[in-house]
Amino acid sequence: MNLIVSHIRKEYGEKTILCDCSASFDSRGTYVLMGPNGCGKSTFLRICSLIENQDGGEILFSDDKSSLLHDLSLRRRITLVLARIGVFNTTVHKNVAYGLTIRGIHQSEIDKKVSSALTFVGLEHKKNQRALTLSSGETQRLGIARALAIEPEILFLDEPTASVDQENTEVIESIIRTMKTGGRTTVIMTTHDREQAERLADVLLFMKEGTISPP
Amino acid sequence: MDSLLNGFLQAFNLILHLNPELFGIIFLSLKVSGLALVLATVFGLPFGAIAGLKRFPGQGLLVSLMNTFMGLPPVVVGLLVYLMLSRRGPLGFLGLLYTPSAMIIAQTILAVPIVTALCYSAIVSVDPIIRQAARTLGATPLQEAAALIHEARYGIISAVIAAFGRVSAEVGSILIVGGNIAGYTRVMTTTIALETDKGNFELALALGIILLLLSFIINIALHGVQKKGMYSPSHLDRP
Repeated sequence: MNLIVSHIRKEYGEKTILCDCSASFDSRGTYVLMGPNGCGKSTFLRICSLIENQDGGEILFSDDKSSLLHDLSLRRRITLVLARIGVFNTTVHKNVAYGLTIRGIHQSEIDKKVSSALTFVGLEHKKNQRALTLSSGETQRLGIARALAIEPEILFLDEPTASVDQENTEVIESIIRTMKTGGRTTVIMTTHDREQAERLADVLLFMKEGTISPP
Repeated sequence: MDSLLNGFLQAFNLILHLNPELFGIIFLSLKVSGLALVLATVFGLPFGAIAGLKRFPGQGLLVSLMNTFMGLPPVVVGLLVYLMLSRRGPLGFLGLLYTPSAMIIAQTILAVPIVTALCYSAIVSVDPIIRQAARTLGATPLQEAAALIHEARYGIISAVIAAFGRVSAEVGSILIVGGNIAGYTRVMTTTIALETDKGNFELALALGIILLLLSFIINIALHGVQKKGMYSPSHLDRP
């Protein structure tokens, strides 16, 4: 699946967040969007992942050269892990199962996929633990597992290692690198850490004052 | 002092010997308040949920009204239900006055605003990030609403328990619409009022002890629910 973003504009009241923002994500791999805090990276990801509407411009998802409607079916082929992931007040297992449950998938299949996603992020041993008792780093890994369980074609990650300790940052980076070798998911992530961006990116993009510029 | 002590002793005697009159009154009280609570939840929960999930004109006024009605004076409710159900009232043809059904109607009216307002409050207290998280994972608008209600479940259970606490201890409205008829509409609170008037403190005290016990159980349940829901996302969900 390809994503082309053309001339996106977004305003909150009087304040312009994104202005004439364009980018193309047309190959598999990891795209890293860099920029200082408050430059509009998170808003850009929320608009690209169809969680929020833009005020102007176009978001075009396409598959084998045909464009896709912005409907539930498309929304279920992509996902965004928010910077603050939004933990459901239940077990780790049920958090990861949520996306599959709402798709009406059979319980045995859910258990298999949840187990695989939790193993992938190293949280299988905590599957029965209450999710709200996880540490910050584990919570971020839970967010990634929850997204991976639904096998998205495009995975948006908003600052996945912000406020996470060094050890968990390394684990999360390793997860992102492993996803890349899996080759099925396009990862589009934001970070304000230049070194991390260089470590992970196949394509590096910069955002400044609401506009994406080439490296 | 002696008569009070004697009253307590006789009250325990009534409880320990499973006095049929006493247990008939307790059973009717639980039936009336329990059914009123079921009805109040059936009406109040969807109403509170819609108010908490949707934005619409006049929402602020509606919330203020709900909060005001939480403090409805039971005697006023009793009077209004009485006027509706009395022979000359618009619903007099139903013949419900001085029946347990009239008592259930009055208590439902008292409990609906409590369930509605507290459910609304529980739902709007859920961190908005939960709705966004559900959406990112592919939830439909209805599934997003269900996720929010699920997150608010402990608050909703607390709302229902609080409403039960209010109606089970209530006397004014059920005395007016039920008439306190022995063996038919006589419940714990109305019996306490009547027997105290008559100077028969044993039964009144026995029922008082049971009511206190019930209130204690309700509070333990509330505390348990609140403790279970203590890990609120707004406190612990940090990146």
